[in-house]
Amino acid sequence: MLPDPTLNAYLLLSAVLFAIGTAGVFLRRNLITILLSVEIMLNAVNLTFVAVDRFRGVVDGQIIVFFVMTVAAAEAAVGLAIIIALFRHKESLNPDAFTSLKW
Amino acid sequence: MLSLIPLLPFLGWLANSTVTRRAPKTVSGWIATGAMGAAFGVALTQIWAMLHQTPVEGVRAIEETVFTWISSGRLNIPLAFRLDPLSSVMILVITGIGTLIHLYSTAYMHDESDSEYARYFSYLNLFAAFMLVLVLGANFPVMFIGWEGVGLCSYLLIGFWFTKPSAADAGKKAFVVNRIGDFGFILGMFAIFWAFGTLDFQEVASKVALLPADPASIAGAGVLTAATLLLFLGATGKSAQLPLYVWLPDAMEGPTPVSALIHAATMVTAGVYMIGRNAVLFSHAPFTLEVVAVIGALTALMAGTIGLVQNDIKRVLAYSTVSQLGYMFLAMGVGAYATGIFHLYTHAFFKALLFLGSGAVIHALHGEQDMRNMGGLKKHLPLTFWTFLVGTIAIAGLPPFAGFFSKDEILWKTFASGHLVLWGIAVVTAFLTATYMFRLLYMTFYGERRTAAPHGAHGDDAPAHGHAHGAPSHGAPAHGHGLHDAPAPMAIALVLLALGSGGAGLFGIPAVLRGSNAIEHYLAPSFRAIGAPEVVETVVENHGLEFGLMIFSVVVAAAGIAVASMIWLKNPQIAANMAARFKGLHTLLYNKYFVDEAYDATLVQPIKKTSAGFLWRGVDAGLIDGTVNGVGLVVRGWSAVLRRMQTGSVRAYAMSLFTGVVVIVGYYLWR
Amino acid sequence: MDAIFFWLLAAGTVLASVGVIFQRNPMHSVVLLIASFCALSGLYVLLGAPFVAAIQIIIYAGAIMVLFLFVVMLLNVPTEDPVHGYHARLLGGAGPRRFGAVLSLLFAVQLFLVLRTLQMTPLPTDAQQPPSTVYDIGLRLFRDYAFAFEATSVLILVAMVGAIVLARREPR
Repeated sequence: MLPDPTLNAYLLLSAVLFAIGTAGVFLRRNLITILLSVEIMLNAVNLTFVAVDRFRGVVDGQIIVFFVMTVAAAEAAVGLAIIIALFRHKESLNPDAFTSLKW
Repeated sequence: MLSLIPLLPFLGWLANSTVTRRAPKTVSGWIATGAMGAAFGVALTQIWAMLHQTPVEGVRAIEETVFTWISSGRLNIPLAFRLDPLSSVMILVITGIGTLIHLYSTAYMHDESDSEYARYFSYLNLFAAFMLVLVLGANFPVMFIGWEGVGLCSYLLIGFWFTKPSAADAGKKAFVVNRIGDFGFILGMFAIFWAFGTLDFQEVASKVALLPADPASIAGAGVLTAATLLLFLGATGKSAQLPLYVWLPDAMEGPTPVSALIHAATMVTAGVYMIGRNAVLFSHAPFTLEVVAVIGALTALMAGTIGLVQNDIKRVLAYSTVSQLGYMFLAMGVGAYATGIFHLYTHAFFKALLFLGSGAVIHALHGEQDMRNMGGLKKHLPLTFWTFLVGTIAIAGLPPFAGFFSKDEILWKTFASGHLVLWGIAVVTAFLTATYMFRLLYMTFYGERRTAAPHGAHGDDAPAHGHAHGAPSHGAPAHGHGLHDAPAPMAIALVLLALGSGGAGLFGIPAVLRGSNAIEHYLAPSFRAIGAPEVVETVVENHGLEFGLMIFSVVVAAAGIAVASMIWLKNPQIAANMAARFKGLHTLLYNKYFVDEAYDATLVQPIKKTSAGFLWRGVDAGLIDGTVNGVGLVVRGWSAVLRRMQTGSVRAYAMSLFTGVVVIVGYYLWR
Repeated sequence: MDAIFFWLLAAGTVLASVGVIFQRNPMHSVVLLIASFCALSGLYVLLGAPFVAAIQIIIYAGAIMVLFLFVVMLLNVPTEDPVHGYHARLLGGAGPRRFGAVLSLLFAVQLFLVLRTLQMTPLPTDAQQPPSTVYDIGLRLFRDYAFAFEATSVLILVAMVGAIVLARREPR
């Protein structure tokens, strides 16, 4: 019989998801996918908030999650707009193609 | 009130250098002369007040502290002035003779433009202010302010006509040589502060009076000997003794009234005054006193020999000044402080008179200074001649004029204290003094005029007397014909100084002649510390011997005059013959023993070469510039390396961010 | 019962996320992420936060991911080609990438170590703490965090304006 999930389990899950998101940011060569990895990271954080909320018996964490989601939405919108502009400029979505700020 | 005395000339300087700079000459001249005259008046009132004080332990003095200048830990230096008998004599000389010289200058400098005239008077006032600060200072640093200040003004005034290269060079030489002496003075001050913890004259004297004297040999030299020797080095610079006298003859490049004021009456006497002020200190360092006496005597002799063969009228007077200063130092060196100051005061009168007289001659001849081109001026410039004669007799040392009493006193004190060799040197110098001064007189005023110059047809006396206004318009050089005697301001000064040269000696008639020797008693309190026993001057009361020596010195002076008359009055050819026969000696004397050349070769050139070669090229350009530039180069090199961090790849930046996060978390984990 | 659901959903989330970062085709990535979100939503329900679960589906999966999908299809994003040239070199492109991946792994290990030190605390059961209702959340939101709420609305407005300005064509 599997043991009941403890707080630690949830936190560990959140940590793993965060690491996966970070790895994605570094490994992918497509701007949109990078953005998706960032979303993964945000979700991991959300999970942490809700888990601790449950543990402590308050609802403040869920309020924070609410705001995080709102902000994530705004950020996704603006980020995608930027990607569209960049794509129009360079016809490529490879982050390594945009190196004008080199020495 | 006491601080008003130096303040008035200082205000005169301020006015003439700023406000009245372009005012007409009468304005700036009168402001300056008025300031000096007012200072003289205030000085008189202050001396009156001092004389009516009740003596504190036998000393009457007025003190005034203006403000606290430096107060830092143990060092406490107020800007304080102190009027006691010694400084009273000095301020009378400075303000009195100074006013006369200012008056004289209003006519002498009349050919200058308005702004140059004002500049001249502003410097002259500034000099007087600093000199007064010097003699009124109650502690070493205040005296040093005056000391440096007069050096500065001397430079400014010697190089007054700075467009003339020789004048500018002379000014620089004076300042640099003075500076060497000043360095000694500063070190002496440090030594005194280190030893006694105070720089106030009275306090130092009190502390020194409690100490035993340093042994009179260099082996046992203590702080006192070292400090006094250093102070004396400063005095040799300021008062033109060996080895730092070389600037004074060159200083004749300045206007003649400047020579009279600064290089005869006041600034060069600062060294003598300084020793007098520190009489207690010097009495406790017998070795230094020996050094002072020997240097004084040697300088007197050397300068006298050089003066014998010079042809420029002002040069002769300059070397005469050096020689007479030697006498003063000789007096200080044998412990006869009051006598030295007495000679200082009489010398101020007749030397100023002689310089101003020579100025009148130069003025009348429109700038001629070579005595070989003079002669026969006696009938054209009578007033100048008669006053000049008084001064010459005074300096030669014939009674009853001033120079006799003071010089004779010095000779007596030297003899009586056992310095027979120095006495002999002094007697020879007295002979030489009489000789070359009368040589000067005869060459200038007697005989026939020796060049094709403006013929002296109009030997007029008239312009000299009966003029009441301040700065008469004396004729422009284009006036051409007629040598006129001194105009009124100059004449007044000459006459008054002549009276002084005649009568100033009356203050010091020694007891042997049934006089009261007033000046020695008057000055005595200044030379001891409060509460200490009187400084014992090694004086032997032997009236017979004293009287005999007195007669002897008169005979010596008369002999000198006789020799001069024989040669330059009767038969000038003898001088030329002797010069030709003793060619080597004559050349040596004429070129002032080649001292300047020696200094140049041994000191000046090596310093120049070291500075240019090593210090400039090596240290400054190489080391310092190299370091500064090097820092710049290093920074540039580093930045060339560091800029490669900007790869432009956002991912790389993100990676470095994340690395930081990992490191921090790891750190906390590890803890 | 809870345990089984937890492990199932957790596994699903992780696998879907891993798939997101390893898929070549971005369309596939987006879809896998939606799946991950759905699993997460289930986890939220397990944690007794139905409101959050609901808005996770509605906003995240429903709105944001659809937006992503639109953009992917609009840009006709090609699949990534393998690296060559400058980007294959260590310092240029490959270096940061690999190093970054290693770092993430390291980070995960660190977090794991951190969590190990914590006490194993069991979560309260439904009986001890009922799930939070919309009412509770609404009360907190509009009373205590009203200012943040208003500020967020301004933020959304700004984002909207920004997105429009950034994405439009340059006026000729």
